[in-house]
Amino acid sequence: MLKSKTFVKKTRSGRVMKIVREHYLRDDIWCGSEACDECKQESTVLQQEACIESNLCSYPHYLIPDTNVVLHQIDVLGDPVIRNVIILQTVLQEVRHRSAPVYKRLKDIMHEKEKHFYTFTNEHHRETFIEREPGESANDRNDRAIRVAARWYSQHLKTPKSSTDGLKVVLLTNDQGNKQKAEDSGLLVYKCEEYIKSLIANPDLMDRLALSSDDKNEITSSKVLFPEHLPLSRIQTGIKSGSFLQGTFRASRDNYLEATVFVQGEGEDSTEVLIQGLQDLNRAVHQDVVAVQLLPRNQWVAPSSVVLQDEGTAKDDDIEEEEEEKVLRISAHEAARKPTGKVVGIIKRNWRPFCGMLNVSQIKESTRHLFTPADRRIPRIRIETRQASTLAGQRIMVAIDGWPKDSRYPNGHFVRSLGSAGEKDTEEEVLLLEHDVPHQAFSQAVLSFLPKMPWAITPEDMVRREDLRHLTVCSVDPPGCTDIDDALHCRDLENGNLEVGVHIADVSHFIRPGNALDKEAASRGTTVYLCGKRIDMVPELLSSNLCSLRSNVERLTFSCIWEMNHKAEILKTRFTKSVINSKASLTYAEAQMRIDDATKNDSITKSLRGLNKLAKILKRQRIEKGALTLSSMEVRFHMDSETHDPIDLQTKELMETNSMVEEFMLLANISVAQKIYDEFAECALLRKHPPPPPSNYDILLKAAKSKDVEIHTDSAKALADSLDVARVDGFPYFNTLLRILATRCMMQAVYFCSGMDSDFHHYGLASPIYTHFTSPIRRYADIIVHRLLAAAIGADSTYPDLMDKHKQSALCINLNYRHKMAQYAQRASVSFHTQLFFKNRGIVNEEGFVLFVRKNAIIVLIPKFGLEGTVFFDTKDKTAPNLVFDEEGPTLNVEQHTFHIFDKVKVTISLDDSNIQHQKIRMALIDPVIPGVSVPAPDIEPQAKKPKLD
Amino acid sequence: MAGMELLSDQGYRLDGRKATELRKVQARMGVFAQADGSAYLEQGNTKALAVVYGPHEMRGSRSRTLHDQAVINCQYSMATFSTAERKRRPHGDRKSTEMSLHLKQTFEAAVMTQLYPRSQIDIYVKILQSDGGNYSVCVNAATLAVIDAGIPMRDYVCACTVGFVDETPLADLCYAEEGGGVSSLALALLPRGGQIALLQMDARLHQDHLERLIEAAMTACKGVGKVLDEVVRQHLQEVSVLTSD
Ligand SMILES: [Zn+2]
Repeated sequence: MLKSKTFVKKTRSGRVMKIVREHYLRDDIWCGSEACDECKQESTVLQQEACIESNLCSYPHYLIPDTNVVLHQIDVLGDPVIRNVIILQTVLQEVRHRSAPVYKRLKDIMHEKEKHFYTFTNEHHRETFIEREPGESANDRNDRAIRVAARWYSQHLKTPKSSTDGLKVVLLTNDQGNKQKAEDSGLLVYKCEEYIKSLIANPDLMDRLALSSDDKNEITSSKVLFPEHLPLSRIQTGIKSGSFLQGTFRASRDNYLEATVFVQGEGEDSTEVLIQGLQDLNRAVHQDVVAVQLLPRNQWVAPSSVVLQDEGTAKDDDIEEEEEEKVLRISAHEAARKPTGKVVGIIKRNWRPFCGMLNVSQIKESTRHLFTPADRRIPRIRIETRQASTLAGQRIMVAIDGWPKDSRYPNGHFVRSLGSAGEKDTEEEVLLLEHDVPHQAFSQAVLSFLPKMPWAITPEDMVRREDLRHLTVCSVDPPGCTDIDDALHCRDLENGNLEVGVHIADVSHFIRPGNALDKEAASRGTTVYLCGKRIDMVPELLSSNLCSLRSNVERLTFSCIWEMNHKAEILKTRFTKSVINSKASLTYAEAQMRIDDATKNDSITKSLRGLNKLAKILKRQRIEKGALTLSSMEVRFHMDSETHDPIDLQTKELMETNSMVEEFMLLANISVAQKIYDEFAECALLRKHPPPPPSNYDILLKAAKSKDVEIHTDSAKALADSLDVARVDGFPYFNTLLRILATRCMMQAVYFCSGMDSDFHHYGLASPIYTHFTSPIRRYADIIVHRLLAAAIGADSTYPDLMDKHKQSALCINLNYRHKMAQYAQRASVSFHTQLFFKNRGIVNEEGFVLFVRKNAIIVLIPKFGLEGTVFFDTKDKTAPNLVFDEEGPTLNVEQHTFHIFDKVKVTISLDDSNIQHQKIRMALIDPVIPGVSVPAPDIEPQAKKPKLD
Repeated sequence: MAGMELLSDQGYRLDGRKATELRKVQARMGVFAQADGSAYLEQGNTKALAVVYGPHEMRGSRSRTLHDQAVINCQYSMATFSTAERKRRPHGDRKSTEMSLHLKQTFEAAVMTQLYPRSQIDIYVKILQSDGGNYSVCVNAATLAVIDAGIPMRDYVCACTVGFVDETPLADLCYAEEGGGVSSLALALLPRGGQIALLQMDARLHQDHLERLIEAAMTACKGVGKVLDEVVRQHLQEVSVLTSD
């Protein structure tokens, strides 16, 4: 049956267009219920015994949620208790249109077999399709479509067989009007809250309910606190006419009454608009896309330097606030004033579930409490829960549901508890969530694309693949590494040259473009390594088994094979898909020992020696070309094997074999980069490292000058050379410190698509072109590079997205973001473990060096722990000492003493846990002794002398 | 926001068809009395009118005359009102010239031109409403018109546009699908012998996928062929009833 659908669409140029589309109605769409024998369906999703114990519905039933229920209560729908749900196509489409994250979660849920979610294509079903009536809004039509589909189901399930079971459908909606209409037409309909409350033995689920708009009025007085947000249409007109600006709202970390809106201009030129005061902030939350209106110039203000935290009990009258706002506005020099504006409307909310802790309300019986997010830029959120006493002291997650104009705080709901605050697992979870690291277990849909076990190489796999199983290939990695993605070999050729091969796990053989597994890996972007924990980018079966190049098993690889002479000059390069059988998985130390042990002469050792020899030449050549060797302190914790608490902390040491492996990885990456760029000039995924702007080097130059050392920064080569000769007698650590500083001057290396950029240079490696090829198990960029290379050598097919530079560019943005966040998460994890370590240690005295000098503090590096901390001189409780800061030095005079960069100091280190959400390492000065500033050296605690356990 | 989902997880397309299903085809032959042959064909919302004159003596420049076969002259045009945006479409713009050429090539492969040496066959096709697959609809309409004119052909020429989404070939694309970033391919087939009269593709597609896509297109064309066959038989029946009276 055919229906034509007509609707009117506005084109981009503003003209109105009538669009006519065909719409076919079918009679072969089945109901998906096990209880039905009318439909000729092959498999069913909905169970016959659909039992959720409920006070309201004592019969087996299927749930049909409407769009808003799905959008707002996805946390509840995701609960294992909720099963046998019919998702109508109307609902699915609306959800897809309105919220990408919810849509993704819904799809994940639908893929879980045990959830029994069925999608009913009601819009194409002959009996459930309805046309929009004259005067009916799109929303009303969709509501009606949902009711019609629900009606159809309830009648359809009344077949003779199922009527004995009394199987029914229950519509869930929070919309009063919709509910009324549904009741009138004889449907079973409940509000989401009503229904969830009726579930027996599920009190927790109640707390996860998002507050619906009806409840909001009860929470606060009817007093209007905020100006109304403008509707989107007016915002758009305003932006077009230039009276409003569109930008991203960035709340201040230190002052809850202040924020900036970042307005992206044409090209590089972008502006920031300052916003001050609750009224003008007007319920915008960090990261929202907002529209702002500039205030008249005479009302512009300067950013305040005051630290203001929204603390204490709930403020429902705004008297206090007015006081605080006054504090802001006092001191503003004419010159310091910045463009100031106010938020007039929200273009897009960017709310996510937030981690934090509950401030339990003073009133005992109260079920409404304030929640303080861990991220200081997020306002406190009011939630309703009956388990406040349990949740106190726990880290929990809360989602914002809305922020009505008569409420001081946004309203939200409890999502889940992460565990007790301060505990290792909880804090790890928090830092993953706060850094937006996707770390849920892989969904069923993703896992369904894994190869079936037991897995073996089939003849089809061998097509277009070279058999390299006979080669003496081995891998060299850090101890305990289970995701081995590279292996090497080196052998003599008959013509006297050497053949060197780098063999990389062939992950793209297992992860095919566009499937759920691929999409998940693309979204994760990278594996994240925390102290003692790894969050995989791909499921473990691949990362630790099928793609891990362990010894004595056959593994599929992608090989880059060079013919080199003994001067490490490349004579030939070729790439091939291959299969290898690694002869040994070594650690760096083991490999080093084999190389050094003159009595060993087996083929593995010979291969290693060959590699090592070439690597040394390669490294020398690279450094001659101007590659930088910089230093950053990498810290490793020795973990207690039972408690997994850190017991010792040491900086990682590097061996010759580390750099041996690294050299060949770099070489492979460069060779591959050139190849894919030659083949696909428009869509090669490459990595570049832009040179830092000269001003970045100021601090390094000043620091070096203070020790009478000259550093040249004209080029990477000049910098590398001058760093090499920078020595100060009697100060062996000086060079390392300089390199640490130089590292801080660098820019971030980034992925990009060759068709969208013209500058490919990698500054740090001094290479004109570079990419990532060697770690496809833990980086998604490498998977793309593998696919490009495979296409380039005709070993695999391309697909449209791979050849689309815009799509690839978008992918690069995500990958760069994920890499940055992974790095932050890693740092946060190190700092958390450092805290744990010092918590167990008590107060410790250590020697350190001044790394930076600030206006009111010095930043000290403790080489022993690779730890950096700040010694503040103007603590709140003491009267500030006399501080004089000289930017030129830079130096800081504290009373009589002057601090320079690189000064040796002695400090005490302790853990400050006064704020449980923001624990930090505190350092205090012992030496040099400055009266009134430094602290006496505490007695060395006996604890520190306990024998080490590792 | 996300674009349109061309193929849902449940296997339905935007307009409710499954991947291999064609749009509804309706056609009438002999719609104009003056012409030697004519037909009107709707394939979904794409509607086309085809008119055939000939075979007749060569008109215009005699230099194009072929001594052993007839010359086929095709002209393609689109009505001003055929798309959502009204646009003046002058004759002989690049797109219609190209389309005309494609039609000419298609029918040269199908019409038994060697029976009419030194003569000319004119095929005029106009798109009255456009909703994807213009070329295919024109071919299908023109086939009926040629049959109506009584000009012998080796077989019906049936055409269909197919696209490739999520590793699945979609048959008979509508306009929304053509615009949705699908690599599409148009194919004209002589179904009985399985000969390809014309294959046209502008988009990028990997070679490995081509075979599957062509296969899907051929199946779709055969589907179209069945419908055309029915139309012709129906028409013959009506005409014979009329003439027997
Ligand atoms: Zn049924």
